[in-house]
Amino acid sequence: MKSLPYDQFALFALFPFFSLFAALISSPAHATEYAAVQADKSTLTFISRQMGVPVNGRFPTFTAKIAFDPAKPDAGKVNLRIDLASIDAGSKDANDEIAGKEWFNVRTFPAATFSSTGMKSLGGGKYEVTGPLALKGKSKPLTATFDFKGDGNYGTFEGSFTLKRNDYAIGEGPWTDVSMVANDVQVNFHIVAAAAAATLAPVKSK
Amino acid sequence: MKIDRYTSTAMALHWLIAVMILFSVSVGLYMTGLKFSPEKLKLYNWHKWAGVTIFTLVLIRCAWRLTHVAPLPPPRMPAWQRHAGNASHYLLYALMIVIPLSGWLMSSAKGFQTMYFGVIPLPDLLDKSQELGDTLQQIHKTLNYALIAIVVLHAAAALKHQLLDKDDVLKRMLPGRRA
Repeated sequence: MKSLPYDQFALFALFPFFSLFAALISSPAHATEYAAVQADKSTLTFISRQMGVPVNGRFPTFTAKIAFDPAKPDAGKVNLRIDLASIDAGSKDANDEIAGKEWFNVRTFPAATFSSTGMKSLGGGKYEVTGPLALKGKSKPLTATFDFKGDGNYGTFEGSFTLKRNDYAIGEGPWTDVSMVANDVQVNFHIVAAAAAATLAPVKSK
Repeated sequence: MKIDRYTSTAMALHWLIAVMILFSVSVGLYMTGLKFSPEKLKLYNWHKWAGVTIFTLVLIRCAWRLTHVAPLPPPRMPAWQRHAGNASHYLLYALMIVIPLSGWLMSSAKGFQTMYFGVIPLPDLLDKSQELGDTLQQIHKTLNYALIAIVVLHAAAALKHQLLDKDDVLKRMLPGRRA
C-alpha cells in the first residue's frame, strides 16, 4: 500500500497529457470542412474526340454543393448540377447542334446531376467519389478520382472521370458511330471551396 | 522526234499533287456548306489529311526541282510567255506551301488540332481564338481562289501549247521516251 497507489495516481495525473498528445498527433489541429464552392474559381471542362482529334469543351454553368473534411473523407458529400443549355462543345457548328434531340435534348433534360453516395481516401492526397450521374433521363453509377489540396482557407478538388456518351444516348442516330465521335468523353473538374467551419476547436496555449 | 522531258520522279510528283489538289479543293468547297453531321466531320478530316500529304509532297518536289535541271522552254517562245510561265510556276509553288500552312493554323486557332490519319498529332501553333480563326479562314479561302485561278491559267496555257502552238511543252510532263 506504499508504491502501487502512488504509481496509479501518477498515471492518472499524466492521463490528460497523454490524451492531449494523442489528440495532437492523431487529429489535425485544423480539421476543417470545405463547403463554400467558389464558382468563379471553379471549372468543369471536357474533351471529346472527333476522328482522333481532341476537342476541348466546357460547362460554364454549374452549381456544386460540397461538404468535405480531409480528416473524415468517408463523410464527404458532393452534389453537382450542370446546366446543359450553356455547353460550349468547342465550335459554333457543334454548339448549334448540341442542344438538339440527338445530343443533349436540353428542352426536355435541362440539367445533369451527380449526387455522391460514397467517398473514400486512396492515400497520398487522392480520393475517390462514387454516385449516380443522371443525364438525359438515364442514371448510371459513376466513379471519379480527385486530388485534394487544402490550406485551411481554400480547398481545391482536381480530378476527372470518363463517361461513355452512348450510355446516356448523347449523340443519337448517325452520331452513335463511335468511329466519328469517340464514345469516351473525359470530364475534368477543378473546384475551389472555401473552408466553412472548424469542426474541432483549435488547441490554444495560454 | 526526241523530247526533252521532265524526270519521271518530277512527273509522278506533278500529277500526284495535281490529283490531290483537285480532290482537296473540291472537298473543301463542298464540305463548308454541309450541316453539322458525321459526314461533315469526316470530310474535314480527309481534307486536312490531304493538305498535310500535299504539303509533304510539295516539299519533296521543291527539293527535287532544286537539284534537277528542268527542260528548257521551246526556243521560239516569246520572252513574255517565258516570264509568265516562270511567274505562274513560282506562284503555284508558293501557294502550294502557304495554303496548307494557312489551313493548319486556321484549324489550330479554331480549336481543332490536326491529327494526321487520326493518329499522328501535329502541334497546335496557335492558341484558340475565334477571331483569328475567322481571319485565317478568309485567308485560306482567298489563297485557294487564287490557286484555282492560276491552275486554270496553267492548264489553259498547256492546252494552248498542245493544240494551237503544236509544240512539245505538254509532252514534257507526259510519260514517253526520254531525250
